[in-house]
Amino acid sequence: MEHTQSRDACWHSRHHSKMAVCIAVIAKENYPLYIRSVPVQNELKFHYTVHTSLDVVEEKISAVGKAMADQRELYLGLLYPTEDYKVYGYVTNSKVKFVIVVDSSNTSLRDNEIRSMFRKLHNSFTDVMCNPFYNPGDTIQSKAFDSMVSAMMVQAS
Amino acid sequence: MESLTLTDVEQKYYSDLFVYCDTDNTKKVASNGKVLDLFRAAQLPSDVVLQITELCGATRLGHFGRSQFYIALKLIAVAQSGLPLRVESLNSVKDLPLPRFVVAKNEQEARHTAMYPDLENQGPYQGVIPRPPARGQVKKVSAHEVIQPCVPTVEPQPDTTSPVVSPHHSPPTSPHAWRKHKRQASGGNVERPPVVVAGAVWTPFRESQSGPVVAGDGMWSAHSPPPVQESWENSSIRTVASVATANEIQRQSSSGYDDPWKITDEQRQYYINQFKTIQPDLNGFIPGSAAKEFFTKSKLPILELSHIWELSDFDKDGALTLDEFCAAFHLVVARKNGYDLPEKLPESLMPKLIDLDDSAEVPDQAPDVGYSGSPVEVTPNKSPMPSLNQTWPDLNQGNEQWETFSERSSSSQTLTQFDSNIAPADPDTAIVHPVPIRMTPSKIHMQEMELKRTGSDHTHPTSPLMAKPPELSEETKLATSMKFVTVNSGDGYSSSDSYTSDQDPITSVVTRQRSNSGTSPEGLKVVAAPPPPPPRPNASHSRSSSLDMNRNFAAHPTGPQQSGVVACPPAIPPRPLPTQTSGPHSGHRSDEGLAAHSTTSPQQIPEQPNFADFSQFQAFAASDQPNDDGEKHPESLPVEKSTEGAGPLRTVKIDNQEERAAATVNSAKGSIMAPPPKPVRRRLKSEDELQDEALPPKSNVIATVLATLPSIPRSVGKDKKAIQASIRRNKETNTVLARLNSELQQQLKDLLEERISLEVQLEQLRPFSHL
Repeated sequence: MEHTQSRDACWHSRHHSKMAVCIAVIAKENYPLYIRSVPVQNELKFHYTVHTSLDVVEEKISAVGKAMADQRELYLGLLYPTEDYKVYGYVTNSKVKFVIVVDSSNTSLRDNEIRSMFRKLHNSFTDVMCNPFYNPGDTIQSKAFDSMVSAMMVQAS
Repeated sequence: MESLTLTDVEQKYYSDLFVYCDTDNTKKVASNGKVLDLFRAAQLPSDVVLQITELCGATRLGHFGRSQFYIALKLIAVAQSGLPLRVESLNSVKDLPLPRFVVAKNEQEARHTAMYPDLENQGPYQGVIPRPPARGQVKKVSAHEVIQPCVPTVEPQPDTTSPVVSPHHSPPTSPHAWRKHKRQASGGNVERPPVVVAGAVWTPFRESQSGPVVAGDGMWSAHSPPPVQESWENSSIRTVASVATANEIQRQSSSGYDDPWKITDEQRQYYINQFKTIQPDLNGFIPGSAAKEFFTKSKLPILELSHIWELSDFDKDGALTLDEFCAAFHLVVARKNGYDLPEKLPESLMPKLIDLDDSAEVPDQAPDVGYSGSPVEVTPNKSPMPSLNQTWPDLNQGNEQWETFSERSSSSQTLTQFDSNIAPADPDTAIVHPVPIRMTPSKIHMQEMELKRTGSDHTHPTSPLMAKPPELSEETKLATSMKFVTVNSGDGYSSSDSYTSDQDPITSVVTRQRSNSGTSPEGLKVVAAPPPPPPRPNASHSRSSSLDMNRNFAAHPTGPQQSGVVACPPAIPPRPLPTQTSGPHSGHRSDEGLAAHSTTSPQQIPEQPNFADFSQFQAFAASDQPNDDGEKHPESLPVEKSTEGAGPLRTVKIDNQEERAAATVNSAKGSIMAPPPKPVRRRLKSEDELQDEALPPKSNVIATVLATLPSIPRSVGKDKKAIQASIRRNKETNTVLARLNSELQQQLKDLLEERISLEVQLEQLRPFSHL
């Protein structure tokens, strides 16, 4: 069954850490609250990638028109692929965007897994928000969030 | 060796010094190096030291035993006071100040060692305890080390601080003394965990001590104690608490505790008081903003406070319950004392007491953004464990392993709350827990067994059930459990057919019960007067059990039956299948029957005191061993358990949380045998999206396991023995259930993942109307 496969794939990928190469959380005002990539030396490139992907995100969320957030799905799907990697987007109801960049060569990643990654991101982000010591708009420095993201990142080569 | 009489203070002080010197942890001999260092630190001329060493007998012995060490210390005190060193002076000098040791120099002037009479009034423990032996957590070495006895110098300080502190906080004077100790021990030594930060903390602390009044934020301020009047009380108390905490942590480490994060009763009481200042209702929440203000006063960096919050807000709801608050406070105090924050919440700080009530649960669910994945992780063992822990101590008063719980045990009200948390909320989950049917007094059990035996027309699961007339709900539960068991056991009734005595009264009861079970499935909110124990299905599980029952029953024909025929507490019925209908009785002897039973059982289960069941379960397990000693299961115990079990069950039923309940249920199960299975079954009955084929086999396995447990033998009245036996049995059940719990949790995880995948697929299939 597919769900079993996806679960196995998740498990599999978890073991092999074939997950994201870059994960970013963008605030409503389009500045990064959290951005992390691996390997670290490519960070600037990923910053740029995430930045350009924001345009695509804006385009997608503005396309809803009258329906507004009710009908708009949080998961935006593949934003745009390049030859090296694929960029997925996700936007919350408060216009906080999550961006995940994965390696193009990582074909084992299924859509379900990306969705579950976004779900986890969203949950952890919510937990960070719930922390009264976190001021919305601050960069995210939560260790729990970090560990969750690390779990999703590719093991550094 | 001359006999040495020491005052209490001296005794303690010397003992701690000895421990300090006892680097090899021999408890008998202080290492020479350390002792000599200490003596050198006494700032006495070396020949005096030599003389002391000789006088105390260490030279003769070649090492410093405890008595030699004490004598040496006393001699040092004598020498420091300027008195001639004589053996006779050991006991003759009255009011000798404690020996003073200065290990290093710093701005700290050596305090006098005079024992102030007022200090003595303040508590038995006045002396400064030298640092306990190094813990594993040596963080940093402070710049200065000062070991000073007694409350130092500033005479007015003790006067001012003690009255300041004592009337305002519950912690007794001993923490006050600890604070002084802390103060002097500000430098810390190589072996002391506190960090330089702590040193800085303590420096202001000392300064605050030197002030006429303990300035408000003396504890919190960096280097000057701004007298914040409105909060000085708090801070002084906090100081005390922190000292107490730090000292406790050290003491615990030095005394061999493994858990440095344990909260002592004093600290807990203090935290509770602080909680009350913010939120008078102990069962309520402290909203995040209030908590933020409160902890910001501690002047810890926001990042650390944020981390502490992450650790302590267990259910991630943005508010702190009492337990969460205590954990957070404890972490703050520990951090102030220099202990690094853990990455995960230490187990002893995990909220074991959940303020369980329906209103409390709602806010927990509020932050759930609808992601199925999170609640499971979020819900951890919070809800069920505390109540279970609370109820449990009542059952095992003598059992020391429940100490931790017993100190937190609360009223039975918690039981009700516990139930609400455990309510099986997720119909999707196919996890099935064995539902412990409440335990009943042995006589009831016996009667139950009778009933079970006598059911001749036992195709109907409810037939063999017997029940106390007054407690129909119990009967219902018995019926369902019996039915359940019957289904699983298959041929269980055949053995019971052999037993025909007392048939008439029993069948009549059974009949009545049958009707009741049909009509009272929804009696969730039955008041917890000890419901009649449900029948014991395991009697019909296997021949062995039935034989045991026969034997037991024959041995005790009609035990003291107070209230007529009472059903014996059944063993934990096998877990129901996920596929469940909501009919009260299905009467099927197949898996459907299992399901049906589980549908009904959850309904009736809440009315059953679970703990009682478990006790009986234990008794069953124990009865595997030759029970011919006639151990009587203490009636009081079952009754208590039944009462408590009913509470939790009821509440569990009420609350219909989803995975959270499941997780909690699972975890609760792991911790203590209890109600969790019942709520889970309830969840199962509502929907059955996921049917896990593996579960039925598993539940059958469980059924067989349970079935093999023989009936509870009649105890013969040795209470203590019975209690111990029941404790043994309970422990066994505990391990079984813990294993079961882990398996079930694994299944739960798998099922949830499946569910997530299915939902995702569903989403995908839904026609896109966006973008």
